[in-house]
Amino acid sequence: MSLESPTADETSRDGSAAATRAVESGVDRSTDAAPVTAHDLTKRYDGTLVFDGLDLTVSPGEVHCLLGPSGCGKTTLLHLLAGLEEPTSGRVAIDGEPVTGPDYRWGVVFQDPLLYPWLTVRENVEIGPRLRGEEPDDDHVDELLELVGLADVADADTSSLSGGMAQRASLARTLANEPEVLLLDEPFSALDQLTKMELQDELLRVVEELGVTAVFVTLDIDEAVYLGDRVAIMGAIPAGIEHVERIDSETRSRDDEAFLAERARTFERLEAVGLE
Amino acid sequence: MATRDERRYGSELVGGVGRLLPAVGLLGGLAVWWAVTAFGSGVITNFAPAATVAVLAELVVSPAFYDHVFVSVYRFAVALGLCLAVGLPVGVVVGYFGAAERATTVLFQFMRMISPLAWFPIAIIVFGVGTRSAVFVMFMAGLWPIVLNTAHGVATIDEDWIAVGESLGGDTRALLRRVVVPAVIPDMLTGIRLSIGILWIILVPAEMLGVNTGLGYLILDARDRFAYAEVPAIMLVIGFIGYWLDLSVRRLHDRRNWG
Repeated sequence: MSLESPTADETSRDGSAAATRAVESGVDRSTDAAPVTAHDLTKRYDGTLVFDGLDLTVSPGEVHCLLGPSGCGKTTLLHLLAGLEEPTSGRVAIDGEPVTGPDYRWGVVFQDPLLYPWLTVRENVEIGPRLRGEEPDDDHVDELLELVGLADVADADTSSLSGGMAQRASLARTLANEPEVLLLDEPFSALDQLTKMELQDELLRVVEELGVTAVFVTLDIDEAVYLGDRVAIMGAIPAGIEHVERIDSETRSRDDEAFLAERARTFERLEAVGLE
Repeated sequence: MATRDERRYGSELVGGVGRLLPAVGLLGGLAVWWAVTAFGSGVITNFAPAATVAVLAELVVSPAFYDHVFVSVYRFAVALGLCLAVGLPVGVVVGYFGAAERATTVLFQFMRMISPLAWFPIAIIVFGVGTRSAVFVMFMAGLWPIVLNTAHGVATIDEDWIAVGESLGGDTRALLRRVVVPAVIPDMLTGIRLSIGILWIILVPAEMLGVNTGLGYLILDARDRFAYAEVPAIMLVIGFIGYWLDLSVRRLHDRRNWG
């Protein structure tokens, strides 16, 4: 949200007290958020080298975008961070703890919502705690459904949801585990532009309110520049991360001219790097 | 130019008249039955529809007849229960764990191809004449569709559903219970539907061989008493019950279909 333009349009984040505090305190806005580090990471599939000796540091509470063309290994990198795949060599640590497999503390939002169709929306959100053998906290689930705007369809079948609503439910499901880190794999790529913008703002609001670290994979430069505190550009395999761009996210807005101009320049720099 | 729906459902018959089409088919079957017995000669005339309906009307008010129906349904239910109790867990394990799948595929396909009636001599020697023999033979017939469909469903489950469950913190046990089993319910129901069909069909020969109660027994008994019209009457009852068993599972399957 733009602090300079209180008349920001509807798609800008709402000015809840928590969000405002979070924005004012900058990147280190949360004490719960965990850092993510990857050190000397190499991944090889059979004969194909995806990347070699890759290093990545994501600060606590930061939104870090991984941007690159199809097949550059950005999803592979995210899967390694999530423990869904094993690196050929090197190591990943979240909050100082080595990642050896998937864990609810580092929650993944996939490209497809992948809701469980035999459960209602609410039951989908509750499934994380249930899978861990815990009884879900009703109040927390209510809050999350409210947070992602699905309170009205809590008891609906997942088949009745639109693509955007399904991805919201998917986000709420991951958040129900109260993860320290959110790992998002092109979560909005299948959505129409308007829904995409809504969800981008919603994600930023959620990240600020809940104080989590987010790694966001995308092949959309626009999206990376809008969401990211930093954007890591990945080149075609086996280049890995070629360049990391810091973005002034304090004044994030879709309609502030100075901000948009700055974004446009960033965009051009990234495009130049990305197209090399 | 007919739309796809019109072609499929018979254009203007889609409305009220279209709903009568199943009855038209049934009447057609009845007409063939009548023609075969009316224009045939000799013993076949004993099986005519009119005589059958008359006997059926007597049967359905006879308490002794219901004893036979109930015992048949009871045997069917016991066999189905055993098939479910063994087939569903075995199918899940075989489908989920690659080693179990490799270890059992050849064995199961081999067993499946042995006619259940071939088990009869063994069943009678081991269990003696009675319900247990009939149930055993039915079990050997009805088990495989449940095992194989469940295992197939588990093996072809959307891998991403498992990945989501793992990333949400589920261990193998929790994933099996909360993701794998619900995900394959449609496959299970397909297997159960096939199994029910087989069990109900095998029930009749099973009751012809080893017992002296039930609908299968009643058919042979009618023949022995030269009560020829009773044979098709009992066949109608068997078909009727089987149709409703199948329909109920089909309805369940339609409601729970996210395959």
